[in-house]
Amino acid sequence: METLTGAHFVWMTIFKVVLFFTLLMLMVGGVVMFERKVAGFIQDRSGPNRVGPWGLLQTMADGIKFLLKEETYPDAAQAVFYLLAPVMAMVPATILFAVIPFASPLPTGWGLVHMIVADVPVGFLYVLAIGSFGVYGVVMAGWSSGSKYAFLGGMRGSAQMISYEVGLALTLVPIVLLGGGVRIPDLISLQQGFTGQGPATLGMWLFLPLGVSFLLFFITGLAETKRIPFDLPEAEAELIAGYHTEYSAMKFGMFFLGEYAHMLTTAALITVFFLGGWDIPFWHGDNIRVLADGTVIGDPTWWKTVLTFLSFTIKTSLLVTVFVWIRWTLPRFRYDQLMELGWKFVIVAATAYVFVVAGSVLVLDRLGVHFGLPYAAILTGVNVVLLGLLLFVVDRGRLARGAAYTVTRGLGRASRRSGTGPAAAGRS
Amino acid sequence: MTRPYLGIFFLSIVGVANAAVMMLASHLASPFRPTVAKGSPYESGMLPLGGTRERFSVQYYIVAMLFIVFDIETIFFFPWAVIYRELGLFGFWEMVVFIAVLAVGLAYAWKKGALEWT
Repeated sequence: METLTGAHFVWMTIFKVVLFFTLLMLMVGGVVMFERKVAGFIQDRSGPNRVGPWGLLQTMADGIKFLLKEETYPDAAQAVFYLLAPVMAMVPATILFAVIPFASPLPTGWGLVHMIVADVPVGFLYVLAIGSFGVYGVVMAGWSSGSKYAFLGGMRGSAQMISYEVGLALTLVPIVLLGGGVRIPDLISLQQGFTGQGPATLGMWLFLPLGVSFLLFFITGLAETKRIPFDLPEAEAELIAGYHTEYSAMKFGMFFLGEYAHMLTTAALITVFFLGGWDIPFWHGDNIRVLADGTVIGDPTWWKTVLTFLSFTIKTSLLVTVFVWIRWTLPRFRYDQLMELGWKFVIVAATAYVFVVAGSVLVLDRLGVHFGLPYAAILTGVNVVLLGLLLFVVDRGRLARGAAYTVTRGLGRASRRSGTGPAAAGRS
Repeated sequence: MTRPYLGIFFLSIVGVANAAVMMLASHLASPFRPTVAKGSPYESGMLPLGGTRERFSVQYYIVAMLFIVFDIETIFFFPWAVIYRELGLFGFWEMVVFIAVLAVGLAYAWKKGALEWT
């Protein structure tokens, strides 16, 4: 079956954009509701339960309130940046998902429709480029508000986001190393396993053969979305609301929506990079591959599209659940711990890990190991050993907890060193 | 060649338009009655003390500078990773040398205390 051409392609692209954008906005509303309900559950209270059945319309009521409340405009604000900041916070989070494949290709009367908004050959670079746009919203809001708390939040937020962005990009290098390309649909093929035409594939979800990357990407993803334990830019006990202190009504709502959209896209990215994307585990019927030149391998049908979409949604929802769970369980880092975790642990570990993977690839290629399941199994073994080393030997009670103090200056420092464990991390 | 990027183009339009409509709708639908108190910076209900744009920690500059160095490092990693399996041993040692130079820089910054927050 041929892929779409000409005017059909243009109209289908417009249709997909509108459909996926609407879907994303609805899901963001759903995630907000979900988070509040889970928060209620974890803290042994009801959560929102007044508007609509089981309080399910609360998000909608909040949306109406955002629209109708008065917008304050601080006298000290710099107009252009002050107004641009909420837009810059929201737009990158919503357009990032353009390169994320949602489901297997759908056959229609006009041709095969890719379930991805834009199947670009540089998907990885797009993710990195648009992902790093998020920092502009934070720094603009912090700088232009003319409030001390917003300013401090903006500085903290920008330093945090750029620090963890380096780690985020580095954790993706091993994936490119194995996949040998930066097109995202190829990555899902890599995890599904094919023989014959096209680039060689592994046939295993990458969270096993690249376990350390998975762990580090999860941590940096959490930091990039500015959620607990990395929500220093908006720590309410210290900075009121951080960089969006001076925003009210819909402008605040846009920061809020942008944050949840960012969380959703991060979960979707983890799914695509490490959990097989829309792949259904232990079933080869959904192994459908569209090469960069448009060649289709496999047998696409509409019910496979539905099933794979469900698979994608379930995986993403599980990750969102973990994010929410973490938020309502862990305490917040102290700022120096956060920066040390970023610079002294994540970046160093990610760089070293790139070389471990590169070395393993070199040795395995030399030995002539078949690039497929055996290859992936050996890499998995290497990663189990590495994770053991990382968590139990190298990092015992020090860097991973962000509480390392090699230099002791003054009186306050000495006592912190003796504190270990999560209790010490939460003390501030 | 540019065909796949059409989706990104349309999505950017929809994304920006959506944000603009949200701001505009809120601006039209909500009341606007500014007072002196509403316009002053929020400092927990106290009268604001001093200016906002004063000196702040130099650490933020150092982090920004280190970020530029290491972000460029990651950009160099990607083309290398794409063709790594064709390059083989040569590619491996090339990158080891490149990273060794950067690692010296990081070790220096670390030793100098640029990564310590006080």
